[in-house]
Amino acid sequence: MATGRDDFVIAIRSAFLKKKDKQKFSLLTLIFLSIFVIILSNFNFKAIKIIKSSINEVIYRSSFLISIPENYFKNLKQNFDVHMNLYENYNKTKTELESFKQKKLSEDFLVKENEKLRSLIDENIKSNEIFAKVIIDKESPYLKSIVLNKGTRDKVKIGMAIIDGVYLVGQVIEVNYTNSRALLLSDLNSKIPSVLAPNNIQAVISGTGSDFGIIEHTQYEYEKKSQEEDVIAYTSGLGGLFKPGIPIGKIKKEQSGKVKFFSDFTQLNYVKITSYEIGSKK
Amino acid sequence: MSSLNKSPFLQIFFSYLPLIILFFSVFNEFDFNYLKLDYFSFNFVYLLIFFWTLRNPDHLGYLAIFFAGIINDVVIGIPLGISSFCYLLLCSVTAYIRNITLSPNFIKDWISLLFTILLINSIQVIILDLIFLIQVDYTNYLINSGFTFLFYPIFFVIFNFLNIRIVSKKND
Repeated sequence: MATGRDDFVIAIRSAFLKKKDKQKFSLLTLIFLSIFVIILSNFNFKAIKIIKSSINEVIYRSSFLISIPENYFKNLKQNFDVHMNLYENYNKTKTELESFKQKKLSEDFLVKENEKLRSLIDENIKSNEIFAKVIIDKESPYLKSIVLNKGTRDKVKIGMAIIDGVYLVGQVIEVNYTNSRALLLSDLNSKIPSVLAPNNIQAVISGTGSDFGIIEHTQYEYEKKSQEEDVIAYTSGLGGLFKPGIPIGKIKKEQSGKVKFFSDFTQLNYVKITSYEIGSKK
Repeated sequence: MSSLNKSPFLQIFFSYLPLIILFFSVFNEFDFNYLKLDYFSFNFVYLLIFFWTLRNPDHLGYLAIFFAGIINDVVIGIPLGISSFCYLLLCSVTAYIRNITLSPNFIKDWISLLFTILLINSIQVIILDLIFLIQVDYTNYLINSGFTFLFYPIFFVIFNFLNIRIVSKKND
């Protein structure tokens, strides 16, 4: 029995402490080092922030360079698909354009009316936009995020909205000197205050880790109304980070509570990093 | 042809191949861990580290694995050090298995991989969810662990083939 225990101790000691010819550090040293790194990354000291930011800068750029061949083939496939579906897309777009032209007329009127009403209550919304390129969109099953090529140098701040065309796709959660990371709406940790049109019901859209979101913290009557017609989710503007009315996604009546995001997060190439100043006119 | 097989460039290339694959997979956007398929993902890096540190640790150093973990954390956006810690735990299990085993046995290795992956993923979930308060999907972790375990035989054959070539080139 004692011999068995001795063997176990010898095997453990040898596994953790013994260095092979080509190993410069023992396993135990490196395990302690990684625990030390985990603890340090939890602190927000200036020195740690600078080191973290520098590591991020180097690795993001390297990852972007290494992914160039893969991205080239990805783009090639996309272009091929677009060419193959050209005629079909043309017909579809033609029909859509006609219906949008008609809708535009009524929308122009609403925009003017909205501006007039905002001026009546002395409210204005200013926005600052920065265009950014997506340099890494490596997603993991645990975190849905993208890395953008704009950082503190370009006045990007934590909390700014990420917009694809006119659709909301996420918000900035980490900023380095020349790049930043944005959490996508589909991430489990993403919670966006929203308003559900046309019934004007307040809700929170939460990510699920998949390519759709779910409705949380809403009124009881929403369940009933969402089964009657399709619902569009917009930002509500609560919390002050985003302006009200940015389109987020659509909830089809047959898929109650499941938000299909307008933007395809796997196809993001260029986005707008936007901050809003909502206040009264001086 | 035989002169090509003995080329020093190829020898060096083959001996560094596990390291190149490791860094390529942590740096690259393409990830078996996220294949955009529902209920299917597996951790290629775990399989790579498990095989090489068990069968031929000379070609995959612990320091390189530590740095690969740091890079993986930065690229996927989780707190620094977590992947390194998990990878090194995997290494410690393989080092222990190597020390207690006289003749390698595939089935025993395979079963120990299952327990190791479950342990590592549990530790990762505990660190992310309870310490850093990052919400994670437990189902994804379970599916990932399951497929990582199931895919080991396939990658074992591929890596073993590579390992035999590396060893034979060394002995030439």
